[in-house]
Amino acid sequence: MNARDLITGAQNTWCPGCGNFVIQFALKNTIAALGKEGVDTDRIVLVTGIGCHAKMADYLNINSFYSIHGRTLPVATAIKMANPELVVIACAGDGDCYAEGLDHLVFAAKRNTDITLLVHNNRVYGLTTGQYTPTSPLGFRGRSTPSGTVEEPFNPLEIMLASGATFVARGCTRRMDLLQRTIMEGIRHPGFAFIDVLQVCASYFNLSDYYERSVYEIRDHDERDFEAACRKAREWDYNTDAPIGLGTIYRAERPTLEERLSAVRGTETDREATIRNVLEKRT
Amino acid sequence: MLFGVLFTFMEELSVLIGGKAGDGINSAGMVVAHLFNRMGYRVYMYFDYPSLIKGGHNFAIVRAAKEKIGAHRSQVDFILALNQDTIDFHQDMVHGKTVALYDRSKVRAEGVGIDLAQILKEENAPPVMGNSCIIGAFAKAAGIEWKVIEEVFARQVPKALSLNLRVARRGFDGARECCRIATLTSSALPVISGNEAIGLGLIHGGLDAYVAYPMTPTSNILHFMAEVAESHDMLVFHPENEIAVMMMALGLGYAGKRTAVGTSGGGFCLMTEGLSLSGMSEIPVVVVLGQRAGPSTGMPTYTAQSDLQFALHAGQGEFPRLVVAPGDAEQAYAWSDLSLQLSWKYQVPAVILCDKTLCEGFYSFSRPDFKIPRIGLPPGASPGPAYARYHLSENGVSPMLAPPRQDTVIKVNGYTHDQSGITTEKADIAALMSEKRQKKGTALAGEISSLNPVVVDGDTGTDTALICWGSTTGVCREVAAVLGLRLVQPIVLSPLPEKVLQDALRGTDRQIVIEENAEGQLAMLLARHGIRPDSHIRRYDGRPFTVEELEARAREVLA
Ligand SMILES: Cc1ncc(C[n+]2csc(CCOP(=O)(O)OP(=O)(O)O)c2C)c(N)n1
Ligand code: SF4
Ligand SMILES: [Mg+2]
Repeated sequence: MNARDLITGAQNTWCPGCGNFVIQFALKNTIAALGKEGVDTDRIVLVTGIGCHAKMADYLNINSFYSIHGRTLPVATAIKMANPELVVIACAGDGDCYAEGLDHLVFAAKRNTDITLLVHNNRVYGLTTGQYTPTSPLGFRGRSTPSGTVEEPFNPLEIMLASGATFVARGCTRRMDLLQRTIMEGIRHPGFAFIDVLQVCASYFNLSDYYERSVYEIRDHDERDFEAACRKAREWDYNTDAPIGLGTIYRAERPTLEERLSAVRGTETDREATIRNVLEKRT
Repeated sequence: MLFGVLFTFMEELSVLIGGKAGDGINSAGMVVAHLFNRMGYRVYMYFDYPSLIKGGHNFAIVRAAKEKIGAHRSQVDFILALNQDTIDFHQDMVHGKTVALYDRSKVRAEGVGIDLAQILKEENAPPVMGNSCIIGAFAKAAGIEWKVIEEVFARQVPKALSLNLRVARRGFDGARECCRIATLTSSALPVISGNEAIGLGLIHGGLDAYVAYPMTPTSNILHFMAEVAESHDMLVFHPENEIAVMMMALGLGYAGKRTAVGTSGGGFCLMTEGLSLSGMSEIPVVVVLGQRAGPSTGMPTYTAQSDLQFALHAGQGEFPRLVVAPGDAEQAYAWSDLSLQLSWKYQVPAVILCDKTLCEGFYSFSRPDFKIPRIGLPPGASPGPAYARYHLSENGVSPMLAPPRQDTVIKVNGYTHDQSGITTEKADIAALMSEKRQKKGTALAGEISSLNPVVVDGDTGTDTALICWGSTTGVCREVAAVLGLRLVQPIVLSPLPEKVLQDALRGTDRQIVIEENAEGQLAMLLARHGIRPDSHIRRYDGRPFTVEELEARAREVLA
């Protein structure tokens, strides 16, 4: 497809100051840049879950599958299996992907499906008006935990490294250029690309100043060194104060799910022949 | 039990073979079924096993008859016992002339004893070959010629053929002829399970992908499809759970791949959110729902018809769906094919409602291809910037495209959406879209009525009808024939072909509904459509009716 307006006419209902605008902008620019490189926009499919993040499906004027809460990844995986020519991008929420659908996240990494996942990690349930998520810090006072949470957050980067993800990165909506570069790298990566995007929620968990103080761009880091990646991932535990590195933390190459599937796939396309063959054996 | 040689020419025959789990009873039953198949009989096999891998008591009942059958009897003519339980547990199935063949090294019984341990030791054969030996003995006892064994083993025993034959010959030589089964003139037919019939029907209907998480009684569809996909171009995938199964099916459907999933009630519970998404996003999917005795884990390897109301109502909100309940292998094949076609034409979810009896039962099968209509797709859309996935058409069905299409944005959505697939909460559009979905249901119902969705059998002139659904059709057919009753079997249960069903029941003033559940789930459905049968026969112990049991129950009701 040639240059098209990448934004639909749908009315945008994100709160003013919401980090989702930044992600949308970065994604739109990335798609436009891919288009210039010859990646046909018609080949791009966006899959979203349910939450504020998921409105991306309404706002971006590209193929989309607006799925249900927690279930972006099985849908995205299947679309890629169905047609490896498609470029599949999933936008999930942290409640969506780390709570409701965590199982699928671990499996997407294990399978190394060639899709790119952006987790809009605002560390809160936005759309349901402010409850804690698996990455909210200990003591977070949300509407379901008025006295503060009694659980430590988990570190999604560590989970991804342990699950076999071949591309693990972190972005932040306070650093759009870097985020855009990271998304582009993720899409180019041949395998499962995981990007945890620290996203500011203006209404329920505004960490703008905190991120402004804490984030830095990762440099002089060997992203092919798994041990170094683990150390980098552990630098900040999503709970206590520490420098927060942004950029690519780990990268490796491994055959993708689609490649392995196509290697074992049968070739007979004549249904009649297949049915006759089965019945013959059963006679 | 019987001793001495008796020459009877039998035209119908039942054989029970039993042993402990791990003895290969299912395969042994299949070999016996194929012996009859070679001799021109139509066969049916029921396999009964507890949910465990080794030990426990398994048995298969193979019944052979001149005509197609889909049920077993209360009594058997031969018992092949690899364990003591086979003799002890089935005393009630023995009649005056039943012959027992048993493993003398393990089992105490009257009849023809064969020392399997000794033979296997002498032939240096593994224990699992014990069943080849007892089958050899059975063939001799039943007057089946040795060459039939050779033929069947050559086709059905994949491994160590010559050793298996040697062991079988020892059994054959060690037994004596007790009767002689007539050889019929019909030629052999394929013998397939209901699960395989469903798989083949789906493949015939155009299936591109099968996704499932293992669960009895449909796990064998997954295994069967995976095996077929080694040579056939089809995607077969086993993901992390049934939620993923359903969501993957919808992703595949969005990308244009005709996809089916398989499960049982527990897995279907996990799929219901995705089923509702299928209804809203209008992405077709076929669900094979194999019922087993519930609630909860229930009795995993035993049968039930207790998920009809669940299948009819699963998923939040209102959306049309196809629910079909085939009653035998041929119907399973035809309606799996049709379900896939209809699901794609009307872009609705379809449920093939089957159960343990049908799924894991084996049937003589003749392909009904010539009878299965090709449904076709609704008019295609032209791609381009004006494309709208949920375009409002006369009958509610929108032209469906899969990405990538040039200059075309294809948006599907589980939120209430406008024609282009963008979320809306506007009252007028919400109402229009709801009506769009309802219209699809009406159009689907219209097409269904021309597809023979209700089978009428038996004596159509009588004023008494048996009404059944699903796997009880086989047993009901026989009982209707014996008692001179009409048999009415609705295959399509949603949208219920009300008018066709009323026509089928016309002239009856007495209706008996047969169901393998406690609450009368078909009766409830019929009542909603103004059909109120007066009598009910229900069973809910996990076991299918035998011909004699159902006949007795029907006689009680009719008395
Ligand atoms: C099965 C299910 N449970 C609960 C909900 C309600 N729900 C909608 S969005 C949401 C949480 C959203 O949080 P997150 O995924 O972090 O997305 P955000 O709104 O923060 O972008 C919940 C619980 C739902 N839609 N579906
Ligand atoms: S609630 Fe938070 S995440 Fe949702 S739109 Fe508002 S600012 Fe953004
Ligand atoms: Mg969130």
